[in-house]
Amino acid sequence: MDFLADITNTLPETILVGFGLIGLLLGAIGGDRISGLLRLAAATALAVASAVAFMQFSRGEAITAFVSADLAPDGLYKATLFTLFAKSVTYALAAFALFMSGGALKSAQMERYEYPLLVTFGSFGAGMMLSANDLMTLYVGIETLSLSSYVLAAFRRDSIKSAEAGLKYFVLGALASGLLLYGSALVYGFSGGTGYATIAASSSSVGLIVGLVFVICGLAFKASAAPFHIWTPDVYEGAPSPVVAFFSTAPKIAAVGLLAHVLFTAFGPHFKSWQQIIAIISAASMLIGAFGALMQNSIKRILAYSSISNVGFALIGIAAGAETGAAAVLVYMTLYVIATLGMFGGVLALRRGGKAIDQISDLNGLVKSKPGMALGLLVLIFSVAGIPPAAGFWGKLQVFTAGIESGLLWLVLVGCLASVVSLGYYLRLVWAMFMKPAGEPLDKTDISVGATVAISTLLMFPVLTIVIQFLLDLAARAAGG
Amino acid sequence: MTGSMILTLTTFLPTVGALLIIALRVVGGASMASSASKSISLLTSLATLVVSLVALSQFDASKVGYQLVDSAPWFGGSSYKMGVDGLAISLVILTTALMPLCILQSMKSIEDRLAEYMIAFLLLETLMIGVFCAMDLILFYVFFEGGLIPMFLIIGVWGGKNKLYAAFKFFLYTLLGSLLLLAALIYMSIVAGTTDIPTLQEGINPQTGALLFPPEVQTWLWLAFFASFAVKLPMFPVHTWLPDAHVEAPTAGSVVLAAVLLKMGGYGFLRFSLPMFPEASQLFQPLMFALSVIAIVYASLVAFRQTDIKKLVAYSSVAHMGFVTLGIFSFNEAGIQGAIFQMISHGVISGALFFCVGVIYDRMHTREIAFYGGLVHRMPVYAALFMLFSMANVGLPGTSGFVGEILTMVGGFQASTWAAAGAALGVIFSAVYMLTLYRRTVFGEMTNEKLFDIKDVTAQEFFILGLLAIAALGLGVFPSIVFDLTKTSSMEVLRMIGQ
Repeated sequence: MDFLADITNTLPETILVGFGLIGLLLGAIGGDRISGLLRLAAATALAVASAVAFMQFSRGEAITAFVSADLAPDGLYKATLFTLFAKSVTYALAAFALFMSGGALKSAQMERYEYPLLVTFGSFGAGMMLSANDLMTLYVGIETLSLSSYVLAAFRRDSIKSAEAGLKYFVLGALASGLLLYGSALVYGFSGGTGYATIAASSSSVGLIVGLVFVICGLAFKASAAPFHIWTPDVYEGAPSPVVAFFSTAPKIAAVGLLAHVLFTAFGPHFKSWQQIIAIISAASMLIGAFGALMQNSIKRILAYSSISNVGFALIGIAAGAETGAAAVLVYMTLYVIATLGMFGGVLALRRGGKAIDQISDLNGLVKSKPGMALGLLVLIFSVAGIPPAAGFWGKLQVFTAGIESGLLWLVLVGCLASVVSLGYYLRLVWAMFMKPAGEPLDKTDISVGATVAISTLLMFPVLTIVIQFLLDLAARAAGG
Repeated sequence: MTGSMILTLTTFLPTVGALLIIALRVVGGASMASSASKSISLLTSLATLVVSLVALSQFDASKVGYQLVDSAPWFGGSSYKMGVDGLAISLVILTTALMPLCILQSMKSIEDRLAEYMIAFLLLETLMIGVFCAMDLILFYVFFEGGLIPMFLIIGVWGGKNKLYAAFKFFLYTLLGSLLLLAALIYMSIVAGTTDIPTLQEGINPQTGALLFPPEVQTWLWLAFFASFAVKLPMFPVHTWLPDAHVEAPTAGSVVLAAVLLKMGGYGFLRFSLPMFPEASQLFQPLMFALSVIAIVYASLVAFRQTDIKKLVAYSSVAHMGFVTLGIFSFNEAGIQGAIFQMISHGVISGALFFCVGVIYDRMHTREIAFYGGLVHRMPVYAALFMLFSMANVGLPGTSGFVGEILTMVGGFQASTWAAAGAALGVIFSAVYMLTLYRRTVFGEMTNEKLFDIKDVTAQEFFILGLLAIAALGLGVFPSIVFDLTKTSSMEVLRMIGQ
C-alpha cells in the first residue's frame, strides 16, 4: 500500500479535501470577512478538481486506490471512466453554483465562511461515493455529502422554514441511510464481502435480493426518485435559494450516476432482479413529478417536482441496462444539470427589494424588465422539458432510444405522457414571463448570474444542438470503460 | 457539407434576420428595434422568397427523387440532410410567398412589442421551411416540434382575450401527438438502423431484401404517425384545438396556421404514412374515409352555427382538410394530385379569408357576425374581394378551390362511391355557410351606428388581398402550374404503396 500513490491517484478528491481543511483554518482566523474570497477560491478548487477528473478521464484508464491485500483486494476506491465523467460534471456544476451565488448569499445574510467549505465537502462526498468500489466507501461518501447537505439546508439560522427544511431533510435522510446500511449488511451477509467485485461474483439468493432492494431504496431517496421523493418539495421550498441551486445540480447527477454505477457494476449480474424495480420507480417518478407540480404556485416547489420527474426520465436509461443505457443516463443527466443550473440558478437569483422571489406571479412580465434573462430562461425551460431544438431533447431521445431498444416501450410511453403533462407547468412559467403584465421592478442581476445563465443557454441552444456528437462520444467512451 | 446549399440558405435566412433583430434589441433598446424590425423582417422574408424561387428554378420537375440535396453528418446514425421533391418545394414556395404578406399585415396591426413579434415570426418561418426540406427523420422531428414554441408565443402574447386557453390547448394537443410520433421513429431508427427518409420510404432492408417493417408492426407505427398528423391536420375528432387557436391568434398567426402549419399533417401522410407503411395505409383506408367524410359534413354544419367570423373560417378549414385526407387515401393519381393541389389552394384561400377578417377586425375590434351588416355600402372594394374569396372557398369553377375539391372527389369516387357522395354533401354545405356569412356581413342595410364611418381597404391591404386574388384565380385557371411540379412525386408515392 503506497500512500503517496494513493494521494496522486485520488487527486481530484485530495484537492478538495485539502482545500477544505485549509479553508477551515483560514476561516477560523479570518472569520466571515473572507467569505467572499473563500467562495471564489472554493469555486476555483472545484473547477481544478473537475479539470483533473476530466484529464484522468481522457487518459482512458480506470484508477484504483486504497488496495489492501486482505481487506479490500480490489481497492476501496476505483474511478472508472463512467464515474470520472460523472465526477467531472459534478465538480464543474458545483463550481458554477458557488460562482453565481454571491449576490444571493449577501441578500439572504448568509455570507459566512462555512458556506463555500460545506459545498466543497459536500462535493467531495459526492465524488467519493461515485468513486467507491466498496459499499463502505459508498456509505462514507454518501454521509459526507448528506451531512453537508443537512447543514446547508438549515443554513439560514434565523429562518424557521430553513430550520424546518434542514430538520426534515435530516430525519428522513437518516432513515434512508439506515435502509442503505441495513441493505448493505444483508448484501455483505449473503455475498461474503462488501467489495463490488465480490458482490458481482456471488450467486443470487433471496437474502441478496432483499439487501439489494434496501440499497436501491436508500439510493433512490438520495436521488429523490418516487416514492422516496416526499422530502424534495419541502426541502427545496425551505432551503435558501443558492443552496437549492446547488442541490438540484451537482448532487443530483452524482446520485443518479451512483445509482447507475452501483447497479451496473456490483449488481450487474443480477440485472433481471432490479430492472423491474427501477422501471417502476422511474414511471412513478415521471408521473408524480409531472402531476404534482400542476397545482403549485411556488417556483421552488415546481422546480422540485420538475427534478423528480427528470430523475424518472434518467432512470429509464438505468432500467435499460448497462450496455444500452449507461451512455444515455450520462447524456441525459449532463444536459439536464447544465440546463437546470441556468434555469434554477437564474430564477432563484431573481430578487425584488432584496428578497428572493418565490411565487410564479413574481415572474410576471419578466420579458419587459429583463428581456435577456427571459429569453435565456425560455430556452432553458424548453430544454429541461425536452422540446427540440433545445439540446435537452437529445437527452430524452437517448433515454427513450435505450428504453425501446431494451423492450421497455411501456415505460417510454409513460414518459411521453409525463412529458405532455409536465409541459402544463413549464408553460405556466413561460406564460408568466412573456404574457403577463409586469409587476414591481426586480433588482439588478449579478454579473455572475447573468454569465452563468448565458453560458448554459448558449450551450443548450445552439451549441449542443449542433455538436451533440461530441457529448455522445464522450458518454459512449465513459460507458465503455 | 456536400451538395447544393440553396435549401439550407432558404431555411436559415429568416433566422439570420431574427438574430439581427435580437442584436438590435439588445444594443439599441425596444423602440429602435421595433422600427428597424419592420424593414429587416420584410427584407428578410422577401430575400427568402427570392432564394426559394432560385431553388425552384434549379429544380427539375421531371426527375424522380429528391433534388438539391445537401447533407452533413450530425450524430449517431442521423445526418443533417435537406432535399426536396415536387411536393415539398411547392409547399416551401407557398410558405415563403405568404410570409412577406403576413409580415406586411403585421406591421400595421401589431402595436405591442413588434420587434419580438417579428423575431418569433421569422424563427417560425425557418422551422416551417425546415419541416418540408428535412430528409432525415430526426431532423424532421426537430423542425416539426420546434415550430410549437414560436407559435405558442405568437398566440399567447399577441392573441385575443382567451389566449391562455388557446395557446395551452394548441401546445399540449400537438405535443401529445408528436411524442407518439417520436416513440415510433425511435423504434424505426433502431430496427432500420437509419433515419434517412428515402431509405425508409423504400421500406426494404438493402442487405437482405426483406421488408423493414412487417404488416403487424406497420399497423402500430402507422397509428403513432397518425396520432401526430391527425392532430396537426386536424382531423375529426381531434380538431377542437384549431378553432380556439385560430380565434385567439393575431391575424397573421391565423394565416400561417391555416396556410402552412395545417399542411404539415397532409405532408406527413404523403411523405411518411403512405410510402413507409403501405400495408397499414391500405388497412386503414376505410377509417380515413369515414373520418374525412365526418370532418367534411360535421365541420360544415358546425361552421354554419358560428357567431364568430374567424371560428366559422376555422371550421371551414377542418372541412377542407377533410378533402385532403379523402384524396390522399384514395390511392390514385387524381386523388393525390388533388390533395396536394387542395393543400396549396386552401393555403391561399384560407389565408386570404383570415386577412379579410383581419381587415374589419383591425377597424372594429370585434369578429361577431351580428355586429356587421351592409359593409358593401361603405367598403365596395373590400366587398368585391371578400366575395371572390368566399366563392373560391365554396369551390366555384374558375377558382383554385374548385380544382382541388373536384379532383379529390374524383379520386375518392374511384375508391369509394359512398365517401365521394358524402364529400359532395360538404360542397353544398360550404356554399350554405359561406353565402350566409357573406350576406350577413356585407349585404343588407347598415343598421349598426358604429359602422357608419368605416373605411374601405387601404392601399396595403388591397395589395395583399389583390395578390392572393391573383393567386386564387391563377391557380384556378392554370392548375397545371402545380400539377406539373408535383406529378412525379405523386407517382412516386403511388409506386411506393404499390398501386
